[in-house]
Amino acid sequence: MDLGAANFKDNVGKALADDKLQHAMTETGPRFVYKRTKAREALPEFDRLRDQARDIKDHVLDHLDIYLEKYEAKVKETGGHVHWAETPDDARAAVLEICRKANARMVTKGKSMISEEIDLNQYLEANGITPVETDLGEYIIQLRNERPSHIIAPAVHLTRDQVEADFRRVHTHLDPKRDLTEIPSLVEEARGVLRQKYLTADIGITGANFLIAETGTSIIVTNEGNGDLTQTLPKVHIVLASIEKLVPTLEDATTILRVLARSATGQDFSNYTTFSTGGRRPGDLDGPIEYHVILLDNGRANVLGTEFQDMLRCIRCGACLNHCPVYNAVGGHAYGWVYPGPIGSVITPALIGIENAKHLPNASTFCGRCEEVCPMRIPIPKMLRHWREKEFERHLQPTSMRWGLGFWAWMAKRPKLYRKATALAARVLANQAHGKGRLKKVPLASGWTEFRDLPAPQGKTFHQLWKERRP
Amino acid sequence: MPELSPRVGLFVTCLVDMFRPSVGFAAVKLLEDAGCTVEVPEAQTCCGQPAYNSGDTANARALALNVIAAFKGFAHVVVPSGSCGGMMVKHYPELFEPGTTDHEEALDLSRRTHELTSFLTRVMKVEKVEAEFPARATYHDSCSGLRELGIRNEPRKLLASVEGVSLREMTDSEVCCGFGGTFCVKYPGISDKMLEKKLRHIEATGADTLIAGDLGCLMNMAGKLKRVGSAIKVRHVAEVLAGDYGTPPIAEAE
Repeated sequence: MDLGAANFKDNVGKALADDKLQHAMTETGPRFVYKRTKAREALPEFDRLRDQARDIKDHVLDHLDIYLEKYEAKVKETGGHVHWAETPDDARAAVLEICRKANARMVTKGKSMISEEIDLNQYLEANGITPVETDLGEYIIQLRNERPSHIIAPAVHLTRDQVEADFRRVHTHLDPKRDLTEIPSLVEEARGVLRQKYLTADIGITGANFLIAETGTSIIVTNEGNGDLTQTLPKVHIVLASIEKLVPTLEDATTILRVLARSATGQDFSNYTTFSTGGRRPGDLDGPIEYHVILLDNGRANVLGTEFQDMLRCIRCGACLNHCPVYNAVGGHAYGWVYPGPIGSVITPALIGIENAKHLPNASTFCGRCEEVCPMRIPIPKMLRHWREKEFERHLQPTSMRWGLGFWAWMAKRPKLYRKATALAARVLANQAHGKGRLKKVPLASGWTEFRDLPAPQGKTFHQLWKERRP
Repeated sequence: MPELSPRVGLFVTCLVDMFRPSVGFAAVKLLEDAGCTVEVPEAQTCCGQPAYNSGDTANARALALNVIAAFKGFAHVVVPSGSCGGMMVKHYPELFEPGTTDHEEALDLSRRTHELTSFLTRVMKVEKVEAEFPARATYHDSCSGLRELGIRNEPRKLLASVEGVSLREMTDSEVCCGFGGTFCVKYPGISDKMLEKKLRHIEATGADTLIAGDLGCLMNMAGKLKRVGSAIKVRHVAEVLAGDYGTPPIAEAE
């Protein structure tokens, strides 16, 4: 389902009117915030680690070509295969080719935002291959044919009773009278259903939180262990990753890991941190026979060297979403594409074009909480402002706003005229208020007065009074 | 020791100028009580933040240069707003190419500019104010003041010294109220949802007065409180610190 980033305003209207969504959002947001705060307080060097994490990624991004080549060579050395994919089409084709060679009918999948970015599930289904999401949240939204509404908590927009209804609708082979009123019973049921899938899947597809240049290793972090079963049981493991996931060394990865889980869920470490280096070696008891990495660009290389480069430091922890008052008000689907929240509003215009995501950079109060909590110190408000500059240059903003602000700036550059205009406006508005101190309706200001009164001016401007009182 | 009677330029801000001059006069009183000589340059208009945040860099630069010129020669520039203050302190230098005269002057202004409560406490070393104001109050931290200028304890410390003021903290005092400049009229529905949450936290404290340091946020929250019929009074921190309880609260009848 693609709501479309261009339809942000409509999406927002629906989200605000959706009681279940609103209920779900009130429950989770504060919990994430609380847990991150606790985790941060327990680690005195947390902010220093953030600096180190930022510096590591900055270094990689400045030398990405070198690290990518080094990584590719290492993967080959360990018996793995690397597939370069410039576009989503290339990435999908690479996956399909591997599936065809393995005669795959069913693939299990660990959580991967790149899979969302290239719409892989739809494509596999169209080609007669059944994808099965194994992350619980991803599994739920797959049943509902939805996109994730959060980077690490894909089903955060749903309430328990919605999930129960989906399970009853889909798991028709189970006893209709079973009790699903408690969340653990839902988890148990999903586990039971998925267990068989792990064993029958021909291919396992996962994402990657890191790719290590010095060893050719891919790393995933999960809490459910589903990723491990996905990548070790089938005979083929495909890693879907974008090019900015590179870090030079294992040491670098562990530095960033120390801020990742703390920022995401408030855990010191995720339950599982799994390292994959090539396929099964002689003497290994298990593991995939084939190990493939598909490296997606999809516009990221174009971001290198621009004012937007810092966005590529993102490690997809979701902290900026959890702390964003706008995200918490409307949920992730309103953003209309793959990556929601503050970082999504920076990434989406870069990957699908600012003309297709005009609202996203504007739907922020620049409150700065995202930047405050970002483990990679990405200056998100600054990047959003850069997008607004692009929109201004390309005349993409609404004409009314452009003219309104243009007129105001024209006045503000002429202090004498500005003084007269503000004095007049203050007097007119004050008169309109008839001593009540506020206005319920003001011409051309419905955006304000739809939900709130406009406090009335006191009558004269400060500058008028200053002249009178301190001549 | 703070310097003796420094020459301070007051940057009034467009909202205080047009909507609530009493905040400006309260700021003048506080500065003069602290021993400053206050002047109000006539050539000032707006800091340019609306243009800057709308991507209109050319107008933002022009307005910044106007402010820089208007406030040349003052030992300090004081602003009764963390938002306009943040614009001048943090963002003016970003508007100009390093190495240029404009950039130098923007840096110079940035170093001299302070939000009101932080100027009083950090520069003038004011420990307490001589004022009376009856209020069971709660304080909202405006985003720019808090996150761009690091202002959190300054207003609370000064408010604690006002006779009659008792402060009770609201949950999430540091979460945005939904104002965000033009945001609140471009996305009124989201803004309103944010406001609803903020109002719940304000009301839960049992406070009879809401205080903050930015008129934009205050007008937003007062406008909503009055729309839903709340009796909570809304005040700029400068008015409370100056003991100006004679002026009607924001959005209330004379």
